[in-house]
Amino acid sequence: MSNEFPLWEVFIRGQHGLSHRHVGSLHAPDAEIAIKNARDVYTRRNEGVSIWVVQSKDIAASAPGDKEPLYEPSNSKVYRHPTFFDIPDEVGKM
Amino acid sequence: MYAQEVKSTGQGVKSLEEMEPDERAFQEKINAEIKIEPKDWMPEGYRKTLIRQISQHAHSEIVGQLPEGNWITRAPTLERKAILLAKVQDEAGHGLYLYCAAETLGISRDQMTEQLLSGKAKYSSIFNYPTLTWADIGAIGWLVDGAAIMNQVPLQRCSFGPYSRAMIRVCKEESFHQRQGYDIMMKLCDGTPEQKEMAQDALNRWWEPSLMMFGPPDGDSVHSAQSMAWGIKQNTNDELRQKFVDETVPQAEYLGLTVPDPDVKWNEDRGHYDFGELNWNEFYDVLKGNGPCNKERLDARRKAWDDGEWFRDGLMAHAKKREARKMAAE
Amino acid sequence: MAGDTDKLVRDLALRMGDNALILGQRVSAWCGHAPVLEEDIALANVALDLIGQTKLWLGLAADLGAGANADDVAFLRDARAFRNSLLVEQPNGDYGATLMRQFLFDAWHYPMLNGLKDSADARVAEIAEKSAKEAAYHLERSSDFVVRLGDGSDESRARMQDALDALYPFAGELTTPDETDDALAAAGLAPDLNALGEHYDAYLDRVLSEATLTAPEGAVRKGGKAGLHTEEMGHILADMQWLQRAYPGATW
Repeated sequence: MSNEFPLWEVFIRGQHGLSHRHVGSLHAPDAEIAIKNARDVYTRRNEGVSIWVVQSKDIAASAPGDKEPLYEPSNSKVYRHPTFFDIPDEVGKM
Repeated sequence: MYAQEVKSTGQGVKSLEEMEPDERAFQEKINAEIKIEPKDWMPEGYRKTLIRQISQHAHSEIVGQLPEGNWITRAPTLERKAILLAKVQDEAGHGLYLYCAAETLGISRDQMTEQLLSGKAKYSSIFNYPTLTWADIGAIGWLVDGAAIMNQVPLQRCSFGPYSRAMIRVCKEESFHQRQGYDIMMKLCDGTPEQKEMAQDALNRWWEPSLMMFGPPDGDSVHSAQSMAWGIKQNTNDELRQKFVDETVPQAEYLGLTVPDPDVKWNEDRGHYDFGELNWNEFYDVLKGNGPCNKERLDARRKAWDDGEWFRDGLMAHAKKREARKMAAE
Repeated sequence: MAGDTDKLVRDLALRMGDNALILGQRVSAWCGHAPVLEEDIALANVALDLIGQTKLWLGLAADLGAGANADDVAFLRDARAFRNSLLVEQPNGDYGATLMRQFLFDAWHYPMLNGLKDSADARVAEIAEKSAKEAAYHLERSSDFVVRLGDGSDESRARMQDALDALYPFAGELTTPDETDDALAAAGLAPDLNALGEHYDAYLDRVLSEATLTAPEGAVRKGGKAGLHTEEMGHILADMQWLQRAYPGATW
């Protein structure tokens, strides 16, 4: 079970004039397949949308505002997995 | 509203005053309905409970593909084939969203897969029953998806952000699942006597397992109080089960089918349908692995995983080659 | 004359529709069993596209007298009446064989649909217009995977070469014209398969060489277009048509 595909974060611009939004994550061996998978998983292949993918491990995230995190392993992991940031309402329009 | 009975990892009930500052801040956020995000401080028990619940939910979606997938190649019309395929595909998508949500808690999808395939992790017992006729596809959509939706709608308000957001997406996509099942049932009940009999037989077999999808009665459910305090669970098992019965009995009547429980009766005083005792021994037996299809389901998942290993390794090998070539060119 | 054209268009619709149906049927069997979840979803999309195309093509064939409606054409004909190529009825095999079969088909399907967009028959052109977009994506995907798995690990390369050896003999049928194909081309209803075949071979050369794979020599295996299928066909139909056959006249 060692050879796991890396995790990618997927950002989609649903309509022209809007910025890309984080819609979710997926696993893929490389960027091209990640983009294709993103079309299949998150857009059901709508034409004309723009997709960004970035490996989760390459995302730098700010520290949470309040307390010092006590659960260290979880903390270091979530730097790598900032999944599902911010979707709800607009998702339906994609 | 959950303020005074937070059970932290098995040490009994704690009041806000008894909590350490971190835990109190965490609980106050939940009480104020502010979402907990992956990097926020959280009690270890909360994290573990969520990993268990979300991964189990994800496994259920993936294993849940199998009984319905069993009928894709035999669906009776092109339209039914496409709808069923789209539905089973959605379940794969829902599994994917849920695995990703669990991954934010510091477990990888491969680790969760390993837990499923080794038999360590559980999935919903309902998927250990066989789909014997086309009517089972209708009954699953109508009853099993109906029960699942009832469970999932409140989870959209779950205190953990990634889980809540995954559930919002799942619920949005799932709205057609129950309807397509009921539509199959309507067609069968309007059809030939043989078709109607097929529909009744499916209802007979799926009714009780569907009611058990809400989990054991509240008195026997070990995790309920704690999960409710943590905002992971919004309703008790029995509340949801009653709601399901109340909605489903009239739907069965509309189809002209008989719910296979002689004790089902409208209770004017309660404003609910009464229903009979469920056979919980069977539930626990299936949970233990003795259901009609436990072995087949796990075998199918193991086969997919094992047979796919060369594919996954081959793609990673190519990705590494490509990376190396790119480095060499630079 | 109009009668002749209708018959030709009907034959064309059956060939296109049966290819889409039988391949869609094969591919749909993977749902729930693919090597990774993302593939499960992506491959189901391919199957959904093909089943959608089937409805359009067989609906047209039905309008031209092949049956009462698309479902009857799909579910009530016997093997000898099916007009799909032998390639698409080949078993799924391992995931590599499924992808290789898809690649060999897509590499024909996309240019074929592209050509059909200019068909003298407006109904054909309309179906092709919609389907070509889907096929373009299928081809991109299957080519990507053939290259990656061919030029992947030792095992993935060996499996893809095995798949190519087994399936390549069936590919030639797609681009080898028979009388119907010639008549369709002459009437401006469909593209010339000889020209399309050159393009097909060139495309395969390019992708297979990038994938470090070699197409085998040997005779073309054909017959499906004339209803002379492999033994696989009867089993596919036994599965696919079973419910319709077991309950004649029922609606679902």
